[in-house]
Amino acid sequence: MKMNMMKTSAAALAFVATVMVSGTSFAAGDTPRAPAQNWSFNKLFGSFEPAAAQRGFQVYKEVCSGCHSMSLLSYRHLSQLGFSEDEVKAIAASVEVTAGPNDEGEMFERPGIPADRFKAPFANVQAAAAANNGKAPPDLSLMTKARVGGADYVYGLLVGYEEAPSGVEVPEGGNYNKYFPGHVIAMGPPLSDESVEYTDGTKPTLSQHAKDVTTFMAWAAEPEMEARKRMGVKVLLFLLVLTGMLYAVKRKVWENLH
Amino acid sequence: MDTNNMHPVMKWVEYRLPVFSFLDHSLGTQYPTPKNLNYWWNFGSLAGLVLVIMIASGIVLAMHYTAHVDYAFDSVERIMRDVNYGWLIRYIHMNGGSMFFIVVYIHMFRGLYFGSYQAPRELLWMIGVFILLAMMATAFMGYVLPWGQMSFWGATVITNLFSAIPLVGDSIVTLLWGGFSVDNPTLNRFFSLHYLMPFVIVGLVVVHIWALHVHGSNNPTGIDVKSEQDTIGFHPYFTTKDLFGMGLFMMFFMFFVFYAPNFFGEPDNYIPANPLVTPAHIVPEWYFLPYYAILRAFTGDFLVYQVISLGGLLMDAKLAGVLAMFASILLLLFMPWLDGAKVRSCSFRPIMAMAFWIFVLDCLVLGYIGGKPAEGNFITIGQWATFYYFAHLLVIVPLVSRLERPRQLPDSINASVLKAAE
Repeated sequence: MKMNMMKTSAAALAFVATVMVSGTSFAAGDTPRAPAQNWSFNKLFGSFEPAAAQRGFQVYKEVCSGCHSMSLLSYRHLSQLGFSEDEVKAIAASVEVTAGPNDEGEMFERPGIPADRFKAPFANVQAAAAANNGKAPPDLSLMTKARVGGADYVYGLLVGYEEAPSGVEVPEGGNYNKYFPGHVIAMGPPLSDESVEYTDGTKPTLSQHAKDVTTFMAWAAEPEMEARKRMGVKVLLFLLVLTGMLYAVKRKVWENLH
Repeated sequence: MDTNNMHPVMKWVEYRLPVFSFLDHSLGTQYPTPKNLNYWWNFGSLAGLVLVIMIASGIVLAMHYTAHVDYAFDSVERIMRDVNYGWLIRYIHMNGGSMFFIVVYIHMFRGLYFGSYQAPRELLWMIGVFILLAMMATAFMGYVLPWGQMSFWGATVITNLFSAIPLVGDSIVTLLWGGFSVDNPTLNRFFSLHYLMPFVIVGLVVVHIWALHVHGSNNPTGIDVKSEQDTIGFHPYFTTKDLFGMGLFMMFFMFFVFYAPNFFGEPDNYIPANPLVTPAHIVPEWYFLPYYAILRAFTGDFLVYQVISLGGLLMDAKLAGVLAMFASILLLLFMPWLDGAKVRSCSFRPIMAMAFWIFVLDCLVLGYIGGKPAEGNFITIGQWATFYYFAHLLVIVPLVSRLERPRQLPDSINASVLKAAE
């Protein structure tokens, strides 16, 4: 009987393990997986590095936001990254947003306020597509959650531009990228060394820019992550103690049976 | 129930509405339960727990969700970002779906191994199969609600299956869609039905437990309760054991909620639905993968298809795949009669036990294949695994159960417990 239990338990574990393996995502085609980077936020109890995320926001604002929207974010969310209330107000006020209609029924322009969503570079998807060879640049709010490989993929893509290997034809308007599925991507290399001038003395290399903006995007995709992990510790510790006590109760109750 | 020692208020209530004696007979001291149940018997109460968690979290989510193609995706993200603890409620609900299937699949395999479907528990088992079907419909429609790419394309692929039905197929699909493609009316009716179905499941669960309480739980030996010595009260023995199991399970569940909330999901579902862009691989949620593999196994050159369609005369491969997929679950309804053994538990049927574990493995292979693109060896493996799935249910179980000579059964449940304690 004991032996049987062991066997069945082992089989159950194997079941769960297989479910887990088959539950993970399936990489597309022959494109190599972007190598794993050492992200502080991917660790079990890790968090976003605020300085990196702030620099990443600067990269987004000065480079990416020319083409890519982040429509799920509001300026007020930026206070989570350590920006002060005044800084957030100033960032929001730096863009003009269309508001209204006012009492006369007219739309009007006003400086942004913290409650506004990030201003999109194009009025609508059609305008974005028309300005970009017929394909609208994707919204970046959820990018690290919406791609197989997550932050590693985003970082890999940003630094993955290279000469096409001989024999690979890159069509007009396309660029060769090592980690983009199918390798041909419409977006030109968005970042290079010194794309952005950092104010905190960090060396403005391509990989630094890519790391920072990926950190920012990871935060944008999962702004709840730090709160989630902090709460998780408490919940699991509580459950551990509770389960331990329930086990003691069960033992005590069953004791007089055996 | 002895009412003399009751608190006067309880006594007053009990006299008018006997809830306390009802509870005592349902999960109290007056519900005799085999004393040898092992931990595999915990999964029924775990399934009940998950159902309650799913309904509670789902009702809160519905307060914040907008069932419209233009707003559904953003309303889910608003829950994630702006609703207080919305991320927690949504991740509980999202992972709760996977937990529900993990628990229920283990619950069902436990029933298969220990012969819990055999007389006199045939209806109990069959109601369980209907619960699984209701769960599948609920989960499928729930997955459509966030209106991501996988939501949209999953809905398109699955609803299109019904078009394989001769004559009425296309009309059924139009009815499901509420139009001529997966669109706003589809989302609206799926939301409505997704809210309705859990209460249908609750109703089925009530009947399931009702049937259970007529003859009580089966047990690892599979032999009937013969005397009072074989049983103990559900309370306090199994209430405490189930609560301990719930503690363990909640740790497992909450680990995913807090530390790997998107583990069971597809990244593509964080891309808003776009009818003009088809994802590279459309894959259903993991708990549907075995059925998906069976569906896709039916290609024109699949031998099983050639045989059942009389060389392609009777139906096309698509219809055969759809029928096989539904048959893979509906066949379980007939388990009580496919299995002709006089002994329930596989603990005393070594050949059947081996067949059981191969069947489990086969289901895992099907799940693995269901997540892979339909190309090369994956097709061949999927077809063999599909063949084996039906061979197990239709050939191996009926034959082995009738031919195998079971081992000596213990004299009673009590005797088996005493022997194990030696």
